[in-house]
Amino acid sequence: MNETEQKVHWLDKALEVVRNADPESVVRVERGVDMPAIVVPRELIVEVCTALRDDAGLRFTMLSDLTASDDLDRDPRFDVVYHLLSFDLNARLRVKVGVPESDCRCPSVTSVWPGANWPEREVWDMFGIRFTGHPNLERILTPEGWEYFALRRDFPLQGPGMVRLYEDVTDVL
Amino acid sequence: MRVSPFINPEYTNPSAGLTDTTLTLNLGPQHPSTHGVLRLVLELDGETVVSCAPHIGYLHTGFEKNMEAKTYHKAIPYTDRMDYLSAMIYNVAYVLSVEKLCGIEITRRCAYVRVLVTELQRIASHMVWYGTTGMDLGASTTFLYAFRDREDLLNFFEELAGGRMTPSYSRVGGMAADLTTGFEKRCRAFLDQLEPKIDDYEALLTGNEIFKERTQNVGYVSTEDLIALGVTGPVLRASGLKWDLRKNQPYLVYDEFEFDVPTATASDVYCRYLVRMAEMRQSIRIIRQVLDGMPEGDINISDTKFRRPSKDTIMVGMEELIHHFKQMTSGFPVPPGEAYVPVESSKGELGFFIVSDGTGKPQRVRVRPPSFFNLQALPLMAKGRMIADVVALIGSLDIVLGEIDR
Repeated sequence: MNETEQKVHWLDKALEVVRNADPESVVRVERGVDMPAIVVPRELIVEVCTALRDDAGLRFTMLSDLTASDDLDRDPRFDVVYHLLSFDLNARLRVKVGVPESDCRCPSVTSVWPGANWPEREVWDMFGIRFTGHPNLERILTPEGWEYFALRRDFPLQGPGMVRLYEDVTDVL
Repeated sequence: MRVSPFINPEYTNPSAGLTDTTLTLNLGPQHPSTHGVLRLVLELDGETVVSCAPHIGYLHTGFEKNMEAKTYHKAIPYTDRMDYLSAMIYNVAYVLSVEKLCGIEITRRCAYVRVLVTELQRIASHMVWYGTTGMDLGASTTFLYAFRDREDLLNFFEELAGGRMTPSYSRVGGMAADLTTGFEKRCRAFLDQLEPKIDDYEALLTGNEIFKERTQNVGYVSTEDLIALGVTGPVLRASGLKWDLRKNQPYLVYDEFEFDVPTATASDVYCRYLVRMAEMRQSIRIIRQVLDGMPEGDINISDTKFRRPSKDTIMVGMEELIHHFKQMTSGFPVPPGEAYVPVESSKGELGFFIVSDGTGKPQRVRVRPPSFFNLQALPLMAKGRMIADVVALIGSLDIVLGEIDR
């Protein structure tokens, strides 16, 4: 079995496992230039991730990255992107979840991988996507009380103008 | 009896009646052992850490946002400034992702040069780690030794790329410049000197009773917990898992070289030290093979769609001038899609996740910083340890706040 066949082999297995968790759980499969990607419905992300992690033939035990991307022209506007890594298969899988702007929330996967804690806080901080079920969803990179989501495409590159973090301090010099 | 006017008769002992037995201590953000601006809020019971909460973001400058507003080439200098100790590795990781999206096959010589600078940078990064970790634990000689020898490496980077700390050496489809004349000879001479120097490093710490007391059995975390937290790199390898992307998911031409992946089993600070010291020796081994097998030929791809025309031709040719102008203003269009190409940085798995919408500027650039995930394991390691151990633990994680905060 050559390398490409092996790749297809585990992807079919992964799709089967994901569909077993819930028949509706695969919206689309993409063959990316670097790794395959599956798009799943937002409500099922925790079930899908648990199944991918726990299946004995797959064992996607590491969440190697969690992030989001924003496309203003599209509905749903946001994508939450999970990069999974399986040490047993030596394989990577991308899982994507669409999040609309009108209902900007997504279930947290911290119960599946505790390492999702900080990346989810970062996505909340930068894109304003609320992760339901997160133990401590606070801003992580920007200061407390900051009210913008800087990585949204409609946020200006140079920022919202002068921001005063401490309103009562008017004269510093 | 006369009452002193300086004593308030209503004075009560402020700690009387308090039921708390713990003390909250701010370690950082301005603290030498935090290797940057990291703030830890420690809850202490005596000297024992009850809980540890890292607060980050002090260096946040919006690199990812800035990179979205630049053409693919112009974003390269930002990658230097994230992990400023592994700038070369960041350059390579970024252009690998862009090349994946564009479907560019780089030349063999380019791949060799990239491996060469990656491994030189790994040694330089580990030297800084060695020096600062030793100094955190009271061995200031290590710092002087390591920074003395790192100087030679920085001189190499200056020779190749023009910059010491922020070289920006890689380009999409090639490198900024070819190797300089005589570089190979100087590099070999440096490696020959470096090996006995690493022996010196080890002589200072490996058998040192004080160092062993401070580091052995400190900061144990099981492999399963490390994997669940997303921890990679030497920290993961020190727990016994033989996982190195250079070996397991080879990129560039790493599958052509012989090298070992050092591991240790105890998953403590001392084991992380041993793994990194062994990695420096393996890097030397790889660099020697690179120099032996360095192919002749072009360093840049011939496809002029992605390559910038050389400076000499711009000055005399109209076509080249137009081409240069196009490249500098609107950049080259990158096919729509997504790419994430992980590489093994000196700290762990590093990758750029790039989303392209088909224009000359990326729609989204995400860095997967290894230190960000590694630092998440600190509360688990610090719990129940003494406060002095926290200093050793921060050193053992080898964090760089520039890449954590971006």
